[in-house]
Amino acid sequence: MAHDSISAAIRAAKAAGRPALVAYITAGFPTRAGFREQLAAVASAVDVVEIGVPFSDPMADGTTIQRSSRVALEQGVSLRWILEELASFRQEASGAPLLLMSYLNPLLAFGVEKLPQAAAEAGVAGLIVPDLPYEECADMRAALAARQLALVQFVTPVTPVQRMAKLCAGAEGFVYAVTMTGTTGKNVAVPQEVLDYFDRVRQVSPVPVCAGFGIRSREQVERLAPHVDGVIVGSALVEAIERGEDPAAFLRTLRL
Amino acid sequence: MAPHPGDETFNEIGQPRFDMKLEPQAPDKETLLANLMKDAYPDAQGRFGPFGGRYVPETLVPALDRLQAGVDRYLRDPAFLEAFHAELAGWVGRPTPLTHARGLSRRWGAEIWLKREDLAHTGAHKINNSVGQVLLAKKLGAKRVIAETGAGQHGVATAAACARLGMPCTVYMGAVDMERQAPNVGRMKLLGATVMPVTSGDRTLRAAVDEALRDWVSDPDGTYYCLGSAIGPHPYPYIVRELQAVIGREAREQMLAQTGRLPDAAVACVGGGSNAIGLFHAFVKDREVELLGLEAGGQGSGLGQNAASLSYGTPGVLQGCYSLLLQDADGQIQETHSVSAGLDYPGVGPEHALLMTAGRVRYEAVGDDEALAALAECCAAEGILPAIESSHALAGAKRLAQAQPGKRILVGLSGRGDKDMPTLQRTLLKGQL
Repeated sequence: MAHDSISAAIRAAKAAGRPALVAYITAGFPTRAGFREQLAAVASAVDVVEIGVPFSDPMADGTTIQRSSRVALEQGVSLRWILEELASFRQEASGAPLLLMSYLNPLLAFGVEKLPQAAAEAGVAGLIVPDLPYEECADMRAALAARQLALVQFVTPVTPVQRMAKLCAGAEGFVYAVTMTGTTGKNVAVPQEVLDYFDRVRQVSPVPVCAGFGIRSREQVERLAPHVDGVIVGSALVEAIERGEDPAAFLRTLRL
Repeated sequence: MAPHPGDETFNEIGQPRFDMKLEPQAPDKETLLANLMKDAYPDAQGRFGPFGGRYVPETLVPALDRLQAGVDRYLRDPAFLEAFHAELAGWVGRPTPLTHARGLSRRWGAEIWLKREDLAHTGAHKINNSVGQVLLAKKLGAKRVIAETGAGQHGVATAAACARLGMPCTVYMGAVDMERQAPNVGRMKLLGATVMPVTSGDRTLRAAVDEALRDWVSDPDGTYYCLGSAIGPHPYPYIVRELQAVIGREAREQMLAQTGRLPDAAVACVGGGSNAIGLFHAFVKDREVELLGLEAGGQGSGLGQNAASLSYGTPGVLQGCYSLLLQDADGQIQETHSVSAGLDYPGVGPEHALLMTAGRVRYEAVGDDEALAALAECCAAEGILPAIESSHALAGAKRLAQAQPGKRILVGLSGRGDKDMPTLQRTLLKGQL
């Protein structure tokens, strides 16, 4: 149900002849007060929104999201607060499915038994947990499945072929195909071998495939478009927000 | 999995209960202890009972699989072990002596024996692990080695091992630690390492581990991450234990040879827990030997005042493994305090969490002042300047001696204190220079 809303939103964009646009924001950055307004603006310009739960030790993230996470934490942003905000946001929602992107520890602290119901009631359609690999995810996946929430699976350019098939076989919502080895936020050239890798992921994935990490320009999106179902923009959007730009206007420059 | 502090998964003093929810199949204390006696940990999933595991970004999974294959192939391979032990004997200076601490024995009313890791090359036990892992890195075809460091001892040891074995080396070190352990920064540079200051996060050991992991994620195929403590994703806690276990093996033989019997107790300091697991491992099955680990109690028991994850922590996932952490109710890792940079870490190796839960090792916190006082006593009574880290173990030995006079106590003296002079000038020597 909720799974399907994510893949359906991505497929609808693809059917309209463009890659779906997935946007990441750090909840409560730069201010807590502006969160819901910012979320509404972002949601109006994209197909899927990832809401980042700040964590003290974001090991998969580059300097931009480290910075936004620290600012959010300094303002007292927590998963509990985010879910409360989302529950009241739901009435004004634009329809773009919402995902939570969180490292594992804040989810454990919240309680894996309580999380699915609280997330579902806040209108969340799925979770992305960058430090929860396939081998460790059974408990979380089972808990989320009870509320039809997706647990998004990552694949990377260094994922071996057999492992790729295993990871994709159980994928829900979409497959998060990392463009490169490394942390978020670096600029990516997208060489041909990376395009070939996206083609391979799509061949084995039953759900749409979205490319993320280092996507910053319209040229990149144009180059990726024939090879993926969607693109994920994170650090570049957070930087636009840092510069005080209108996030929706920035996102429209990336929308084909 | 771990629920929110305050519900029934935590007992009245905030320690976790493992008999429910955490993992439905988590065995009880007696079963954990029985399994420990059978060498059942880590299991194939890298679990030490409920603790451990491998919580890393997908990019690192193939690299950890390769590392596991290397561990399976080499860590028990006679030719590899021969090369490792040849370096330990000819370059590190092993075996390190076991010294009868006559002065401390008289003062404290017990029989104190010191396992002298301070006499190992580069001045601490860290070199045992670094030599072994850099040898492994070469076997695995790595092009460069990276490491994190807190007190600088693991950084110096890895820089030295890389120089010895011909590997490029980069060390991540928190900006706070670079200041309080300045002599070690210069040593690493002289040994040919590139020292990368870490200005993110808490600018101590935890931030250095985060930054090293980010480096490794960027080049998982060509880079070998030489982790310095018994923490991190599987198989690191196992690798570090195996390479450091030489400490306890030697000490056990030396106790038997020099005193004719095993000690009544063995004590060691615990930050991430590498020297402690190295000392304890050989004694885990000697049930009559009491094992005591001493954590950094800092300035008190409040969150942020110490680095004692076993004494005051709650379960969670940090930097690749499930263990006990100093965190707030929202799962945010807290900044820690200890006068010793090497113990200043908000988590602890998963095997220590198991040893505590199974009741095999007792862990206590030693405050800054008590550790510094023990350091001064060791200097005066033994002519040995111990590291501030190791002084936590000495303080624990003193407590044990006072509680049980006349006992034979083995102390893991994990390193020497020369690196601590800047801190000692601000504390014990304040106003005297």
